[in-house]
Amino acid sequence: MDLINIRKAKKVYNTGVTAIYDLDLKIKKGEFVFIIGSTGCGKSTLIKMFYREEKPTSGQIIVGGIDVAKLKNSKVYKLRRQIGVVFQDFRLLEKSTVYENVAFALEIFGAPKDEIHKRVIKVLELVGLKNRLKSYPNQLSGGEQQRVAIARAIVNGPKLLICDEPTGNLDEETSSEIMDVLDEINKLGTTIIMVTHDRKIVKKMKKRVILLDAGRILKDYEEGTYKNENI
Amino acid sequence: MRIFRILGRNIRDSFKSVFRNFSLSMASISSITITLLVVSISIVLSYNVNNFAVLVEKDVTIVAFIENEATDDEIKEIEEKINTLQNVESYEFQSKEDITNDMIESSDIFKNIMEGWSLDENPIQNTFLVKVTDIEKIGDTANLISEMENVAVVKYGEGMVEQLVKVFEVVEKISFIIVVSLVLVTAFLISNTIKITIFSRRTEIGIMRLVGASNINIKIPFILEGLFLGILGSIIPIIITSYGYMALFKNFNGQLFSPFIKLINPSPFVYYVSGVLVMIGILVGMVGSWRAVRKHLKI
Repeated sequence: MDLINIRKAKKVYNTGVTAIYDLDLKIKKGEFVFIIGSTGCGKSTLIKMFYREEKPTSGQIIVGGIDVAKLKNSKVYKLRRQIGVVFQDFRLLEKSTVYENVAFALEIFGAPKDEIHKRVIKVLELVGLKNRLKSYPNQLSGGEQQRVAIARAIVNGPKLLICDEPTGNLDEETSSEIMDVLDEINKLGTTIIMVTHDRKIVKKMKKRVILLDAGRILKDYEEGTYKNENI
Repeated sequence: MRIFRILGRNIRDSFKSVFRNFSLSMASISSITITLLVVSISIVLSYNVNNFAVLVEKDVTIVAFIENEATDDEIKEIEEKINTLQNVESYEFQSKEDITNDMIESSDIFKNIMEGWSLDENPIQNTFLVKVTDIEKIGDTANLISEMENVAVVKYGEGMVEQLVKVFEVVEKISFIIVVSLVLVTAFLISNTIKITIFSRRTEIGIMRLVGASNINIKIPFILEGLFLGILGSIIPIIITSYGYMALFKNFNGQLFSPFIKLINPSPFVYYVSGVLVMIGILVGMVGSWRAVRKHLKI
């Protein structure tokens, strides 16, 4: 079963810059996929289209059965509820505790309090932050903050977790810990797409790797076949 | 149930936001407070003026004295003429005997003087008391009556009434204009506050959208915040209006300057005014925030 099916997707920005050229891509349920490439190769645009932050100019992008190109603005939330997103800059609510930050993603659906509590504790346990419930983001290290962001992204059980350079701000050791967490989440069944610059991580993880260049797929490495050190 | 939980959380968050952005909220609240104070003063003033005008209108009477030489038939004729006048609401004939008797009954002093009079000596005249429908045309009506034969003097407060009515009308118009413009200014200020709130909560809104909050879900807290600002802003005006007006009423014994100008009884008047103030506060708050949300929360 394909979770993501892209056919002839093209993205031209209002400025006239073409970010993605007639791209075809299929990603299966449960896969762990890295998207790599130099700055400006279109990898950010590509993943932004997965969660409908950007709309394709032409072509078809189907994510979890939803045609992103045809999705109305007012219905975008239906897609977002199937997708978790993690960013380089964490994007946590500074004035809320760890627990509140994660619970936030469930509260907006109107989930009952005890169910929220159960699920928040469960994901925080998964990311290894069960003992920091009452801390505020500025009391946490970068790695811990990213764990909170990951917990928030997966707390409502999305099919897909999109990570936009999640280790970009973290040192090597912390990055490695974050990757362990992501691997764990992937093993539990969530499809993960991760954009990164960090070749060490990509090589170490031995997953499928898609190399983008100037808006096109330059190479699609099968699981464990990525070895090129130059890109 | 789900809807109530979402609503409950929205209310909680809006309330939190009011206190988190306290200085900003204070600015809006003060603005609403000032507006509502002026609104309140205008309402109290215009209602009292109105009340006063109604009382005056009820009391204003054209008094037409009939010459003592007039025969009964001639009096009848005058009565018919008065009856045909357009602006006459009601009229009452008081014979000189009735008036004399009334006065004798009303005081011993009058009794002593008047009982000595013979029928011819009695200076009191037969009188028509005429009430008009349109107080503004009372002058014309009085003129028409005075032109009738055998009618001696007509008294109706001689111009004072018309002037008062005109002053009331001007006061009412001015206070209405002030209230409307202040309400607009406040709505604009609240809109601005909510705009700043929206900007200061960009990240939060972004995260909400990211985790799958629907548009309504994102907008409602801001609308509620405007509503809370409105309610909070109406507290001080309500207290000032209620206690202030009650104190005023007590202090002046329910009348201003003379028994002629009666104040409206504070109960239930101040409750109505308070209700109106809260409603205006809520309305202005919600309209202001709705405007900001529509303009600045494009999602």
